Amino acid sequence: MLTPVAQPPATRLHDPMLPSLHRVEHARWDTDDTFSLELARVDGATIPPFEPGQFNMLYVYGVGEIPISISGDPARRDMLVHTTRAVGTVTRAMSTLKVGDTLGVRGPFGTTWPVDAARGRDVVIVAGGIGLAPLRPAMYRILAHREHYNRVVLLYGARTPGDVLYRKELEQWRAHFDLDVFVTVDRATGSWRGSVGLVTSLIGRAPFDPLNTAAMVCGPEVMMRFTTAELEKRGVKGDLIYVSMERNMKCAIGLCGHCQYGPFFICKDGPVFPYRRVQHLLSKWEI
Amino acid sequence: MHTLEPILAKHPFFEGLDKRYLELLTGCASNVVFKPDTLVFREGEDAKQFFILREGAVAIEIFAPGQGNVTIQTVEEGDIVGWSWLFPPHRWMFSGRVLQPVRAIALDGECLRKKCEEDHSLGYEFFKRFSHLLVERLQATRLQLLDLYSIH
Repeated sequence: MLTPVAQPPATRLHDPMLPSLHRVEHARWDTDDTFSLELARVDGATIPPFEPGQFNMLYVYGVGEIPISISGDPARRDMLVHTTRAVGTVTRAMSTLKVGDTLGVRGPFGTTWPVDAARGRDVVIVAGGIGLAPLRPAMYRILAHREHYNRVVLLYGARTPGDVLYRKELEQWRAHFDLDVFVTVDRATGSWRGSVGLVTSLIGRAPFDPLNTAAMVCGPEVMMRFTTAELEKRGVKGDLIYVSMERNMKCAIGLCGHCQYGPFFICKDGPVFPYRRVQHLLSKWEI
Repeated sequence: MHTLEPILAKHPFFEGLDKRYLELLTGCASNVVFKPDTLVFREGEDAKQFFILREGAVAIEIFAPGQGNVTIQTVEEGDIVGWSWLFPPHRWMFSGRVLQPVRAIALDGECLRKKCEEDHSLGYEFFKRFSHLLVERLQATRLQLLDLYSIH
């Protein structure tokens, strides 16, 4: 197994329950229902360092607070990027924020993708839907240190061509000679000439050495179940597969118990888990 | 003389198949190529073959009134395309449109059906392999029906 993921000391907070005020610097719709906010601290300070896979609690004043993965570049200290779908009360309110509006941010929290520990191996990143957002910082980090990795493969499945997230960035990554990017959609519409089918169907033909591969998987739980099964079928060791879990997090520091998942609190023990640690829970109905 | 037998033998679909059956298969196999946008097969027509894609990509389509041709799935290098030849009424249920130039091995379904009837052990081997393929496709279809990304 790779080095266990843990919250780096550098990101521990003095008062993790106290939000700091951030201002919206840029707001854009990535797809019809998914948007990204770029946030800067109102006091002008740099944002706290974060690691790929971690999340923040975003507080829309007067509406509520929700956990959202950080989707920006961990090398950037001037701007915090979050991507989410407008599906609930808070995210819908968040989607109406404009440049100059403020919101509260607590974090970063949680465990991280094993990006550094995966050095010297092939890396396969498998994302489904908006699951690409928490994996994007891992891609940035890997690309910034590309020489430390063997093959790097990104497999991404979206609902329709219109739902493909970060399309321009995917196209740029695809143009890299040292990066293999495969995108598939569940349903083709319009003039789409790319792949149609499940993201799991890409695993069998993706170019990587399964015996020396670290895999990072994020998407709906059913998708992750089938993806991990397919990765293991291909020969990737379960010890080297990591998944990101999602539950309703409230305090984000392992006190309130809202995000309990079997013996774990997702906010504190996750969201990124070695697959082996949660494998037995993934198909448990009672959880 | 070079035959297609070594290529068929290497394909995972035929893994473990007895050599004498591979020879039989080779007798029903031929190389084919298709240009982009051509139809490899068309919905409603007689299904006389199935294909092993060696190169290229094919969109499996169905015509829906008001929507035109809707792509259900794409198949690529290494994939097996078509099982309508195996089951009555032996008609294609979907169309296969070439997305990227295709080089494939076509296997004559009528020839194979005849051989499977004559030798039920070969027939069993074929049904085992195609059943596996069908289960994979059914499972994928069920997951697509779940529309997973709409709720994540």
